[in-house]
Amino acid sequence: MKIKTISRSEEEFTRERTNDLRKVFRNLDPKLHPMEKAHEYTRALTAVKLDKIFAKPFVAALDGHMDGVSCMAKNFHKLNCLISGSMDGVMNTTEVDATRSYVITNEYEQGCLRAIRTFPGHKGAVTGLAVSTDGEHFLSCGNDCTVRLWQLPVTEVGEATRGPPEEEEELGIYQGKNAFRGIDHHWQKNIFATAGAQVDIWELERSEPVNSFTWGSDTVVSIRFNPAEPDVFASTGSDRSIALYDLRLGTPLRKLVMQANEDCNLYTYDMRTLKAALCVHRDHVSAVMDVDYSPTGREFVTGSYDRTVRIFGQNAPRSREIYHTKRMQSGDAAYVMSGSDDFNVRIWKAKASEKMGVLLPRERFRQNYLEKVKDRYKHLDEIKRIDRCTRCQDGTRCQDGTRCQDGTQCQDGAVSGETVGPDAVPRFQGVSTAESRYRRAFVPQRSSLDPC
Amino acid sequence: MGKKRRGHGDTAAESKRRKVEGDEKESSEPASSTIPEKNEGSGVVTVASEGRGRKQGYGQAIVPYKLVRDLDEKGGDESDPDDILKADERRAEKLKKELEERAAKYRRGTEKKSAGWKEERREIGVELKRTHEVVEKAALNAARVEHWLLQGEAGFLEAEGVERTRDFRQAEIVHEVDLLSSRNAFDLRLPELGPYTVDFTRNGQFLVLGGRKGHLSLMEWRSKNLLTEIQVRETTRDVKFLHNECFFAAAQKKYVYIYDKRGVEVHCLKDHRGVLKLEFLPHHFLLATIGKGGFLRYQDTSTGRMVAGHATKRGTCQVMRLNHYNAVIHLGHHNGTVGLWSPNMSYPLVGLMCHYGPVTSLAVSEDGRSMITAGMDCQVKVWDLRKFEALHSYAVPQPVTWIDISQKGLVAEGNGSLIRIGRGASEQKQRDLYMTHKLFDRSVVRNFQFCPYEDSLVVGHSGGISSIIVPGAGEPNFDTFVANPFETPKQRREKEIHSLLDKLQPSMITLEPEIIGKFRKPTKAQQEAERKAQEKEERELALKKGKRSAMRNKAKGKATPSKKFKKKQDVVFNVKKKHIVKDAHEKNKQPRGDKFPAPDAAAAAAAAGGSDAPAALGSALSRFVKK
Repeated sequence: MKIKTISRSEEEFTRERTNDLRKVFRNLDPKLHPMEKAHEYTRALTAVKLDKIFAKPFVAALDGHMDGVSCMAKNFHKLNCLISGSMDGVMNTTEVDATRSYVITNEYEQGCLRAIRTFPGHKGAVTGLAVSTDGEHFLSCGNDCTVRLWQLPVTEVGEATRGPPEEEEELGIYQGKNAFRGIDHHWQKNIFATAGAQVDIWELERSEPVNSFTWGSDTVVSIRFNPAEPDVFASTGSDRSIALYDLRLGTPLRKLVMQANEDCNLYTYDMRTLKAALCVHRDHVSAVMDVDYSPTGREFVTGSYDRTVRIFGQNAPRSREIYHTKRMQSGDAAYVMSGSDDFNVRIWKAKASEKMGVLLPRERFRQNYLEKVKDRYKHLDEIKRIDRCTRCQDGTRCQDGTRCQDGTQCQDGAVSGETVGPDAVPRFQGVSTAESRYRRAFVPQRSSLDPC
Repeated sequence: MGKKRRGHGDTAAESKRRKVEGDEKESSEPASSTIPEKNEGSGVVTVASEGRGRKQGYGQAIVPYKLVRDLDEKGGDESDPDDILKADERRAEKLKKELEERAAKYRRGTEKKSAGWKEERREIGVELKRTHEVVEKAALNAARVEHWLLQGEAGFLEAEGVERTRDFRQAEIVHEVDLLSSRNAFDLRLPELGPYTVDFTRNGQFLVLGGRKGHLSLMEWRSKNLLTEIQVRETTRDVKFLHNECFFAAAQKKYVYIYDKRGVEVHCLKDHRGVLKLEFLPHHFLLATIGKGGFLRYQDTSTGRMVAGHATKRGTCQVMRLNHYNAVIHLGHHNGTVGLWSPNMSYPLVGLMCHYGPVTSLAVSEDGRSMITAGMDCQVKVWDLRKFEALHSYAVPQPVTWIDISQKGLVAEGNGSLIRIGRGASEQKQRDLYMTHKLFDRSVVRNFQFCPYEDSLVVGHSGGISSIIVPGAGEPNFDTFVANPFETPKQRREKEIHSLLDKLQPSMITLEPEIIGKFRKPTKAQQEAERKAQEKEERELALKKGKRSAMRNKAKGKATPSKKFKKKQDVVFNVKKKHIVKDAHEKNKQPRGDKFPAPDAAAAAAAAGGSDAPAALGSALSRFVKK
């Protein structure tokens, strides 16, 4: 007779001392884990509900400005540095204008979020800010026809807790002929571009612009360099135009005059083919004032006149998240920063329900797991409904007219104010059909089972 | 572990060395292409040790593959480096093949192809492909984990020479196994409070005994300690643990009661009357009961809500088992049918005609693929639950009163005082019995259960309780987060919370649990509506296009307003024509039911002779009808 039986001695399967970790054994055999899809679905549903419960996106508000915030810039070399410019001068020209720099120090959780430096100098509103490639200087332009170069301060930990912010002086002044509306720094070279009556290209070492571009007679409102193709840059004008330029050429490349103007939508274009928008992002109910991409390029954040900040996926037609207070005007990424007319700069979490602080490995693992499960079952009705429902101040209804389970009403942007850009319509019929297909996804029902 | 296992480990190492020698020999003889089997000992021993030689016993450390090879090389003679390389390659290939076989279990379905999708769906195709890659990688990793990290080996019992395993008595087996296992064979003589029912917790840590005459006791299985003992002074027909050992339910004379582990009565469930059998659905926290009226009730034990109550309309029911794969309840009825029930439907999901005469017992395998039923007609049948077909059946001398299937697929059936254990759950009919056991004092079996994750079977009978050793019955590798045989109170509390958070809703019980999140095929009506809508859209688009079409010919006299108008009309007409013809065809195909009723209906109406008879015949024939 040959015989063997399962025989487990307790010492092998339990810990020796109470200080030891408990021994864990896994067997991944599907036989031991029945109904795994049902479990995953239940977990996804719970996770989505918890996300809504713990959605507390607002982190802090930074005060310090004496007037509405007009522009902001982030330093790509430092995670915790933010520069904001204000409208001070517009209201009262006699007063000294201020550009302030905020450093979000490590102590921000103890309420030490505040300005550490002010940069007075501009007469009139500061209209644009740009940080240099090396991250040590920044440029500001204003309605007073000047661009000013400043040194970014080196700060120590705990500096923000000390007294009132110090004032700093500029390193240099570039005098222009007209008021400037926007500024951006080249991603690699010591070159910057300003927008105003025309587009000017400047070198840091020279006091005169090295190149100027004009196309049409209207004012150029904003300007941005391409991070991937560093010599290419784009501008928007007040005549509804988008123009592309190349530093290596003497003339502008391409121009697109849009049909839509302040129609609450955002349009994503392929730079190579400006014929039709790749995607139209709808949800805002009033004019969009500013837009900024996240450092990964996967998402972008928008600020609008409808007093909301929305976060969109890079090619998502609808917003993922909506934050709202009174009047905001510009957005920033990583955490989301928003500056507004009520003199405040606000800091928001990019993911509303994310836990702040350092996550333990187990916590992170669980979070990743839940993200994955949510993603897997996001098309099922119940999960989709809860995920899309966002409660707003005015308590209006969801787009699809449904109510939340707990009886509260919710809103995902009022649709009534929207107009749709003409060139975008055909592209999106595909999306609607995809959705109708998802609606047929299985949800356990009585009628779906066969009688005997 | 006992002496025997150590001996077995030695044979494994020996055989491995032998095999390596064989490999080397083979490589030096290029003519033979297969690995020659070296059968120096008896054939049985070699095969057995080959099969298990891969892994050593529990106590030994896991040795990485490369190290094993190095050790083996040292053991063998010095040989050509080329040969070593070849042997190495062969081994790697063999390992790869083995992993591939193991991975099959962990793949969830086959790859979903996205061929023929339109441009805008291409992204989904890419996503599908990536998902498939992830699944494939996960399956292979799981196979690797199983290969290298799962230390447990299933038990076995093998005969040598002229022996037969069915002839081995428990006394002999106890003599051969190690001390820890030998404690699992015992008899508890409790003749007064007679026939006992037994139930294990899901991790096999605790056992509850219920005597028909009201004796309930709770026992810790490993230490065999008695934790609680109460006398409820009432007929007790069944006992069942709820989600863990803290609570158990007892079906008593009138109602169902829930006791905690100290024996304190916690609840009296007055909605459940005359209950004969209990089942607990651990993932849904549902207690299912059935009894004298044949009324199946589901009650949620976490909220106390009565979830469903279905009249089976088949009279008293004494046979109820839970399918752990999909949480469907199987009921065996007096008329020989087996019904599959879920709380969502007031009639059975499936009805199977299984036996001529009452069904006496049934059991469902853990993977949910097969069911075994026994009837009063002295038949035992094995059913495929995917096709709902009988795979095979065999006759037994007397009706089987209780069946159970172990985690590894051994089937135990009992009638009278005899328990027979076979390998019956597999697709092929197994004629030879694996083991048999006779209870003491001609006691009559009431029920029995294989201990989860252990090699033992506990029988409740009229003379008390018997436990026997059944090597190869239990799953050797447990999962701490599913069922932990060494669970501490803290882990139990943690698990309780987690399982409550993951509690499944009763509406999710279906025959096919994998269906959640999948697409349902659209019904014919939906398909038709979709097709029509698409056609209409196409038609409108074509018409629009036709109307907008520019005049190409600018020859003299061709662009006069009247010509232009006519040409445009032509284009529009051509577009319309296609659809008009199509419409006409469709109209012809339709039955002209409204105008001219079918002859049968007309005749029936005429025969009825009612006032509407003339109308039914139509205007031409109605004048012949008598007024």
